[in-house]
Amino acid sequence: MVAGGRSPVAGRPPMNRAVFPHRWLPWLLVAPQLAISLVFFYWPAVQALHQSVLREDAFGLRSEFVGLANFARVLGDPAYLNSIRVTVVFSLLTAFGSMAIALFLAVQAEKVVRGRGFYRTLMIWPYAVAPAIAGMLWLFMFNPSFGTLAWPLKQMGITWDPLLRGNQAMALVVAAASWKQISYNFLFFVAGLQAIPRTLIEAAAIDGAGPVKRFWTIVFPLLAPTTFFLLVVNSVYALFDTFGIIHAVTGGGPGKSTETLVYKVYNDGFVNLILGESAAQSVILMVIVITLTAFQFRYVERRVHYG
Amino acid sequence: MKTKFFLATTAIAIGLLPAGMALAKTQISWWHAMTGANSEVVEKIAADFNASQADYELLPVFKGTYPETLNAGIAAFRAGQAPDIIQVFDVGTGVMMAAEGAVKPVAEVLTGAGMTFDKSQYLPGIVAYYSRPDGTMLSFPYNSSSPILYYNKDIFEKAGLDVANPPKTWNEVWDAARQIKTSGAAPCGYTSTWLTWIHTENFAAWNDVPYATNENGLADGNAELMINAPVYVNHFQVLADLAKDGTFKYGGRTSEAKQIFLAGECGIFTESSGGLGDIVKSGMNYGIGQLPYDSDAGGPQNTIPGGASLWVMGGKPDETYKGIAAFFSYLSQTEVQTFLHQTSGYLPVTMAAYEATRTSGFYEANPGRETPITQMLGKAPTANSKGVRLINLPQIRDIENEEFERMLAGEQSAQQALDNAVARGNAAIKQALGL
Repeated sequence: MVAGGRSPVAGRPPMNRAVFPHRWLPWLLVAPQLAISLVFFYWPAVQALHQSVLREDAFGLRSEFVGLANFARVLGDPAYLNSIRVTVVFSLLTAFGSMAIALFLAVQAEKVVRGRGFYRTLMIWPYAVAPAIAGMLWLFMFNPSFGTLAWPLKQMGITWDPLLRGNQAMALVVAAASWKQISYNFLFFVAGLQAIPRTLIEAAAIDGAGPVKRFWTIVFPLLAPTTFFLLVVNSVYALFDTFGIIHAVTGGGPGKSTETLVYKVYNDGFVNLILGESAAQSVILMVIVITLTAFQFRYVERRVHYG
Repeated sequence: MKTKFFLATTAIAIGLLPAGMALAKTQISWWHAMTGANSEVVEKIAADFNASQADYELLPVFKGTYPETLNAGIAAFRAGQAPDIIQVFDVGTGVMMAAEGAVKPVAEVLTGAGMTFDKSQYLPGIVAYYSRPDGTMLSFPYNSSSPILYYNKDIFEKAGLDVANPPKTWNEVWDAARQIKTSGAAPCGYTSTWLTWIHTENFAAWNDVPYATNENGLADGNAELMINAPVYVNHFQVLADLAKDGTFKYGGRTSEAKQIFLAGECGIFTESSGGLGDIVKSGMNYGIGQLPYDSDAGGPQNTIPGGASLWVMGGKPDETYKGIAAFFSYLSQTEVQTFLHQTSGYLPVTMAAYEATRTSGFYEANPGRETPITQMLGKAPTANSKGVRLINLPQIRDIENEEFERMLAGEQSAQQALDNAVARGNAAIKQALGL
């Protein structure tokens, strides 16, 4: 950024180099950030890489180098393949669900004339709820025995039992995870909608296009950069930030029907104490994150305009 | 970012402070997993111990469920921050036993502090379970329990069942459960916590059928599961069938089903004797019976201890070990054990406390409260009923639970579920042993 050469102060000629009065000052200024990155990101990542080629007992008393055996075992495990399938289903449903609902709400919020600010504030609130709390909330509402919302389901003749029915458990975690993300998506969609010139919409209205037609032919295409950006952010969220919700609501069950890749890392490492394989799985996840991030930077950053 | 870093360094500095400060009392940390009525017992025992002497301060810390507490302890050990005492559940015993060097045997802690450890004062079945094959006691049995049958007397009366005679065999349980359901006395007949512990591990011991080869892993850890034998298959097939119309209701993998029973949804309930505290607290009109047995098998034999024991971590200063020894000897006192036993439903670990409770007339006043003890001590254990010890029993239970859930959801038969559990479990044991 510093070398980028654009001065933030108006009126001054652009500089090619920012000159600091002291050689060490810049290093000092970035040191805290570097220290945090090293301690909280690079060091654990190196540890995971190291652990992934070892076989170790739970307490770390004996360890043995096994090369890539952990990776071979993980990738050949049908439970891991199941976990990939679960993750894809869960992520697609969560990303699509939370974005679709957020878009609908954002479009509706545009139409509100009085109390628009209040309405928007209400919409943003759930984002402040911690994932585990959100999970507990949904768990209580849909607890088959005493849940307030499980009762109407039963009255409608639905056998509601997420403890045993994998699809219902999946629906529950998807709902909880989406609910939590709607606020974030809502914010971006509201911003995106405001950036669309009114003149285009008015012109279309004069030409006789109805509200639905106007939405699909003008608003939606113009929102594409925002939508694409949110798609990546939401996929990353669904993939990696939903551990708390799954842990609180289903614990990966019933069977293994809600065991996502991240949950499996936890379960194999911290419950079953198979540390090497768990580390191998996190290394695989690391590769997925790097790929997704690279994808995001290559294709998304270019197309999103923050207005 | 800078503020964050500043805060972080300050937090580290504050965290280091106690180590540098000269404290009048030696502090002993105790990580536990007790909730509800049982956590109040922990707090009271710690407070009473602290009040009883001036040298040590026992600090109980709640660390979540049993598996969470174990994992927190392991993570802390790896980070060089292990607690002094950690409560580890029965199935974690194999994990802890394999970790020589990380733990200090309780027998050594006691003798090191100049105390003599007289084994004959303790209930034999329980002590044997927490000892090495050579007899060295490794951990202190804090809360030992045994699964028993609870029933809701109001629901029994409504269903026209005999309130004074709870079902004794599983077949009687199935019949009573059906009657509760069909009579409309309750929406469900039977529910159970811990299907793994109650319906496989204790089912094996109580009916005198093997759970795994090599004396269920006690003689040699390289064991193979045997839970797909016909006696298990028949048992689980009935459960699966009853689950279809809701006569049996599944609550979850651990003790979640207690809520279902407390809510009055089901009439019959199998759960640890340690669950008693919450049932008493709820004010329900309850009754207690023996754990049911299978009338086609060789039972009733004896049940195996569940619950948890206290492990002492290695590498601590001598002063800490002296404090721990003082605490364990306090915990063995008859009054403390009778209090623990009578309020929580866990078994007393000393013979003296058992005798004291018996002579005080407690069992006459509280019928059924002796059941978990007589169940466990009634008969000398056989090769099938000494306990189950596998290096990765928590993982085996996970596998069993996954297969049971798919079975109860109607996705597979009991035979398939148990065959899968055996195949997957055996592979996991081999892998954990590094074979």
